[in-house]
Amino acid sequence: MFHREAGIFKTTYAADMALYPLPIAKWTVAALALLFVVLIPLLFAEYYLAILNLIFIAVVGALGLNILVGYTGQISIGHGAFMSVGAYTAANLAVRLDLPFWITLPAGGLMAALIGVVVGIPSLRIKGLYLAIATLAGQLIIEWTINHVPAISGGAQASIQVPRPDLFGLILNTQSRLYFFLLFFAALAIVATLNLMRSRIGRAFIAVRDQDIAAEIIGINIYRYKLLSFAISSFYAGVCGVLYTYYFGIANYEQFQLIVSIDYLAMIIIGGLGSVLGSIFGAIFVTLLPIVLRLLLENVGSLVFSESELANVISGTRLAVFGALIIFFLIVEPEGLNRLWRNVRNYFRVWPFSY
Amino acid sequence: MLRSVKSWLGIAAAAGTLAFGTSGALAQQKEVVFGFQCDRTGPTATVGTVLCPGYHDYIDLVNSKGGVDGYKIKVIEVDNEYKVPPAMEAHERFKKEGAVIDGLYGTPQTQALAKKLEEDKMPGTSPGFGTASAADGKRFPYIFPIAASYWSQAGAAIEFVKEKLGTLKGKKIAYLFYDNPAGKEPLPILEDLSKSEGFELRTFAVPAPGVEMGAQVLDITSRYKPDFVVAHLFGRAPSVAIKELKGKGYPLSKVISFVWGSAEADILAAGGYAMAEGYNTLQFAGVGKDFPVLKDIVAMYKAQGKPAPKEMDSTVYYNRGVMTAAIHVEALRNALKATGGKPPTSDDVRKGMEQIKGFTLGGLVPPLTITPTDHEGGGWCEVWTVKGGKLVKTKEWYQGFRQVIEKQIAADAKS
Repeated sequence: MFHREAGIFKTTYAADMALYPLPIAKWTVAALALLFVVLIPLLFAEYYLAILNLIFIAVVGALGLNILVGYTGQISIGHGAFMSVGAYTAANLAVRLDLPFWITLPAGGLMAALIGVVVGIPSLRIKGLYLAIATLAGQLIIEWTINHVPAISGGAQASIQVPRPDLFGLILNTQSRLYFFLLFFAALAIVATLNLMRSRIGRAFIAVRDQDIAAEIIGINIYRYKLLSFAISSFYAGVCGVLYTYYFGIANYEQFQLIVSIDYLAMIIIGGLGSVLGSIFGAIFVTLLPIVLRLLLENVGSLVFSESELANVISGTRLAVFGALIIFFLIVEPEGLNRLWRNVRNYFRVWPFSY
Repeated sequence: MLRSVKSWLGIAAAAGTLAFGTSGALAQQKEVVFGFQCDRTGPTATVGTVLCPGYHDYIDLVNSKGGVDGYKIKVIEVDNEYKVPPAMEAHERFKKEGAVIDGLYGTPQTQALAKKLEEDKMPGTSPGFGTASAADGKRFPYIFPIAASYWSQAGAAIEFVKEKLGTLKGKKIAYLFYDNPAGKEPLPILEDLSKSEGFELRTFAVPAPGVEMGAQVLDITSRYKPDFVVAHLFGRAPSVAIKELKGKGYPLSKVISFVWGSAEADILAAGGYAMAEGYNTLQFAGVGKDFPVLKDIVAMYKAQGKPAPKEMDSTVYYNRGVMTAAIHVEALRNALKATGGKPPTSDDVRKGMEQIKGFTLGGLVPPLTITPTDHEGGGWCEVWTVKGGKLVKTKEWYQGFRQVIEKQIAADAKS
């Protein structure tokens, strides 16, 4: 409707490659910024901010995994373990050396990137399912190591209490304060990924994904770019782990077990592989849907069931509906929610004419 | 395409009104909200599907008798699927609905919420999981283990072994445990006791998911040949341990299991009561149906014209749910006493929790004494043994090596 391209002429390469190719994109971003920075924190209760906080953290992790799986085509089921590497690095630095978050956060990311490169080495020789198993091994080895090395895990409980982040003397200890903290990093991750994918590196990743032999022939060093992809992806995962650590106030590897890696894979597959918006949609879908379904079932179900029966009905029904909806969306659009959104957008782009 | 978009928008809008429109509108005047987390669909669903109905049934029973000092209790249950982010969402939901207590579920979830509970001044209960050092009410003012921690269970297990063997001097004890933080937690207590009591301790770790332990059990039965086995396993692992130990010819009467390997379900999964004859289990809540409160629940169902729920047959987990609910209600009762009938805040309920004493519910709840310094209530255990097709009580409520555990709690506070 408002999405008009007529009359917009691009006269330079720079204009064609700009982050926002249309004026409407700039307005959209401005509107979103207003919505998230001003309106939502003013209008929404803490509870809804808490849900958004969880979504922001998930967005960072999903973006990281999408860089590796969606853009570079390297399957990984070790994402959760990279998060725990970031989490424990930051927690140890924050507790033992008393460092602030703006040091521990990049440090956690960098440590995860380093470990990610090591776990990514098998990708130089194997692909597809074989690589999935190699990264699964990485996940289990990292879990085992944290569990058995007290120097990392801080004792038998394998959990380290972390003080709340402190920003110029303001302790970020409520959901609304953490909201801005997490929003900043989620926005940063989104913009960084958008830009990364427009750069030489991003294009090389896509070339490696589409056909690695062809990519090698046109002069892309696929070894370098595969490892770089693992490093960047793990960096995001590490940062995601650090954000979880500050959000909960504790680093605990049981938060980052295999099931978490699978959850994040589910996010990017539902959202759309190889797209930034898809990662965001996926993170929102997987985090929000169970909550919305529960609220819905609580209200509808209370008409039929008693309170205690209802609890039992909700859990089972929610799981079944959640699974059914995933299947439904993937049948409607196998390329994920991002593609669904693009179909909608393309429809309105030429509306009211069909072509 | 357009049609499908439109219809989806319609459904979403309808869903939105239903979800947000009605909640809260029905809130009555004299009502107290309890938040209760549960795992009905995650990896520990076998526990949750039995334990949580127990919790609800007790609350329903209290409500059917007119509530607590005129206050009806409304329970908001959230299934956290044993995942950490949903646990945080659940806590915020409870807070929004004005809950005065947060019934936690799961060790990582308890740890992740410890800080938040303190910031929100809301008491959280973690019977049978979380950290043992949380018994220290000064360090963790808002976490209430309210049941024997893994440290207390270790003390109780060794006490039982000592009773069975006469003396521990020169004896060999094998510790078969699930290789995760919860499984490793009792180690300092066991090591300490092995020194002071003079027995030899060897540990046998079972990696997750704990369904394969042939090598460890063979090592125990054929090489180490211990005088007693202390098992601390979760999920499917306890039933596998029973089968393996029995299969290798080790007498189950020389095995004692911690609380998460001690339910009827574990015994049935291992092949039934005949198979598990002699197996000893530690319990932090009463076992069986011979309690007045359970009869009241059956009567309540009968009055509604319904049969008693089938979950009641799995008494170990069901009774733990009843016990958790009963302690929550008791804390509320104490809080209402202090406020003189005014609606209590969550901090009032915390104070009420710290005054629980001499509340046993006919033996279903141990003789707890929760104080501002001891949030565990003393770490009471019972031992129940598989005998002749059912679980039989072999040892009444007792505290094993309490001084050793108190010493450990104090030492942990310093480190």
